[in-house]
Amino acid sequence: MLNESLIKKKFPPVIFNINSERIRLFSKATGETNPVYFNKRIAKSKGYPSLITPPTFLTVVVNEVNYPFKYISDVGIDLNRILHAGQNYRYHHLIYAGDTITMESQIIDIYTKKNRTLQFLEFKSLYTNQNNQLVSESNSTLVARF
Amino acid sequence: MVSFDINRIKVGDSLPELIIRPITQSTLSKYAEASGDHNPIHLDFEFAQKAGLPNVIAHGMLIMSYLAQAITNHIDQCNIKEYGVKFSSMTNIGDSLTCSGLVTQVNQVDSERQLKLKLLVSNQHNDEKLVGYANIVSY
Repeated sequence: MLNESLIKKKFPPVIFNINSERIRLFSKATGETNPVYFNKRIAKSKGYPSLITPPTFLTVVVNEVNYPFKYISDVGIDLNRILHAGQNYRYHHLIYAGDTITMESQIIDIYTKKNRTLQFLEFKSLYTNQNNQLVSESNSTLVARF
Repeated sequence: MVSFDINRIKVGDSLPELIIRPITQSTLSKYAEASGDHNPIHLDFEFAQKAGLPNVIAHGMLIMSYLAQAITNHIDQCNIKEYGVKFSSMTNIGDSLTCSGLVTQVNQVDSERQLKLKLLVSNQHNDEKLVGYANIVSY
């Protein structure tokens, strides 16, 4: 079981440079067809400075340097016990190719359900761009089966 | 592509359904590479079996990405202010998914139009895979 003293634990910031290739790769792998994720000229014709990142792209930043597995082993759970239970994003500004995003994450809650056989971990992450603008916030809930 | 008129949408209207082709192992390998999520539960049959599953399962975030397209195919992404999901059950290889959305609230506040969407992904057996919501604002 997880130690509830981990609540408020902060993880070191992750810095990620977003390039057009990665946006295209991600968009293709998720079946996107909207040209604002592929074609810079079309994105610009719609008033965007460059390609925009799709709504779930920030998961790429989370996965940078094997971060989530480190999260999970750092808090002492086997990877094969973990499932993703929920995810949400609040969007303040769009994120574009060429942006540098800094993610700061923290555990905000740990609780059990179903007679303590399921344990939930909630992470909150803040994402700021190179202009120190808060572009997005996310909450992720992982569940560990015991 | 963005042709749905968000200023005319009413409560009870639906987004056009988005049908996703059956998930294959290759779908998951490509998503792993693109997203950086190489958790073996999505990629390695033996690992999945040791975790007590019959086979690998799809990345939840991939399903969340599909569902986002049911919105962004019709509403400009810059109008999405909040988007959240809960994963109800595991998505398996061979599952074909239907992403849908229903308008549950419309508010006009001065020049701002606020919509709430209730979202759902289900498979070919009508099993619920994911439920979600989105808050949309247009000016």
